[in-house]
Amino acid sequence: MIRGLQLEMRQSYAFVARNFNLMKRYWGWEAVWLAYSIANSLSVTFIGAGAGEITGESQIDTNFLITYLLIGTLVWRFLASIFNNISEMIAWERWEGTIEYTFMAPVRRFNQMLGQTIFAVVYSLLFTIVIGVVIAAFFDLDFSDADLVSATVILLVGSVSFVGIGVVASILPLLYPERGAQMTNIVQAVFLLVSGVYYPVSVLPDWLQFLARLSPATYVLEGMRAALLPGTAEQAPTTYVWPLLLMGLVMLPLGVWLFQRAEHYTKRTGKLKRNG
Amino acid sequence: MKQIVSSTETAIIVNDVVKRFNAASEPWWWRLRGGRPAENGDHANGNGTIKARRGKELVTAVDHISFDVHRREIFGVLGPNGSGKSTLIRLLSTLLLPDAGTITIFGLDVVRDEMKVKRIINRVSVDAAFFKKLSPRENLLYGARLYGVSGREADRKAREILKRLGLRESSYNSPMEDMSRGMQQKVAIARAFLTQPVVLLLDEPTTGLDPRSKLEVEAFVNELRDVHGATIVITTHDMNEADSLCDRIAIVDDGKMVALDTPTGLKRMINRNGHEPSLEEVFMDLTGKELVEKDDLTDFELQKVLD
Repeated sequence: MIRGLQLEMRQSYAFVARNFNLMKRYWGWEAVWLAYSIANSLSVTFIGAGAGEITGESQIDTNFLITYLLIGTLVWRFLASIFNNISEMIAWERWEGTIEYTFMAPVRRFNQMLGQTIFAVVYSLLFTIVIGVVIAAFFDLDFSDADLVSATVILLVGSVSFVGIGVVASILPLLYPERGAQMTNIVQAVFLLVSGVYYPVSVLPDWLQFLARLSPATYVLEGMRAALLPGTAEQAPTTYVWPLLLMGLVMLPLGVWLFQRAEHYTKRTGKLKRNG
Repeated sequence: MKQIVSSTETAIIVNDVVKRFNAASEPWWWRLRGGRPAENGDHANGNGTIKARRGKELVTAVDHISFDVHRREIFGVLGPNGSGKSTLIRLLSTLLLPDAGTITIFGLDVVRDEMKVKRIINRVSVDAAFFKKLSPRENLLYGARLYGVSGREADRKAREILKRLGLRESSYNSPMEDMSRGMQQKVAIARAFLTQPVVLLLDEPTTGLDPRSKLEVEAFVNELRDVHGATIVITTHDMNEADSLCDRIAIVDDGKMVALDTPTGLKRMINRNGHEPSLEEVFMDLTGKELVEKDDLTDFELQKVLD
């Protein structure tokens, strides 16, 4: 049994090590993406700093607004990075032409997903911390009253359901060799719109608010703001853990199951072969 | 060099296998009821009228093919482009599901026992499938770990194999994209060898290689069988390679098997007024087609043919 477990862990580690090696080899692109993400996140945060001048109101609490936007941009960077890393795992393999090799190996899809998830969480965490540190140097923000433990728990629990959504999205490049990768970007864009990344979901039209309640990112963002901006939220941060746990419990197994069905379909129709 | 197969144990049984592409799917209500009933162990509908998907042409890539491969045999599959060779290899390697018929490898069904089959096979395809930015070392470690081989063991073995195949030490840590196709193909063979497969599926492994590399690969294939006891199925365009390497050869054309015998047996099938015909002549006689189109040949091979 221990030998079996060791074998399965080795298989999951194969994906972690491979992805870190790829990251190392494509370091130029990583540097460009990091610089872009820092600039983008800073631009969003400066909107908070300039709110008083934009509106002509001198009573605006700019520190609150900066923190509000900072939480939005950092949480979104983290969740989007996890989503990208998971949803693009098939697109990468198609692009490199290795998909048949990987699918022929005696690896359970769960082990593949586990390896991909470990990489995605570690990578996204490091990526987001670097962005956070750079942005923090630009502003004088006070997190002395913040509930950092609750914030961390909410972020990690929320990332589980985002992994599940990423697995479901990764089916698209499996089923549609040419257009699948583009389709995953649309999925991500919808989450960005409805999840209240830079604004409360209450400002959205009713039908978008309904969609917002189905997005785990909404609960992560509201929970993080409740934890890091104490006294501003109606509910305690822990309230947001339960819907996230429920979503994670549903989305992760559902994602793996759907992926296995899609894999079966591609093997029946011969769609694995095309590297489009 | 060629070893006479002493064991009669059957390694692979391909039984009346059919694979079609662009076939219209069953209606969803059929699938809700569990699909059409399977017949005689078939995994899908092999009978009745099969319609093409709208706007597509129905292609029968493998058309009721049956054969057995003995343990420790080198079994060749010859055929022109589009004859169904690669589809057959993909069916054996669990990358495609048969529409009808069954394939067993050492008694394991490739559909029902997919994971067990995957553990004992490996495949080298015509296009060396690698992460091009990664080095041979990084690619080989990735592949070995997928099969449960530890990184340290894989690293040691990989260096040994690649040294034997003539790969320079300095290339071991350089990106694969900097290597020639021939060298990439050698790394692909080393990768398959690392996992010590019981059955090795080689899909045109020497296409595009120079004559020296071809000979090295052929020697390696022989060693895999002779020393490590692997059963090998190889598809190729190269007549000399098939003649010297294979114990038996199946000739396929348009998805159908045209002939199956030893190279000598195949040559005996046709009469050439006293002289022994080449496999090329056997193929042309049996199918009425050229085995290799001129476009498929490398410049070197083309020059050889013209000379």
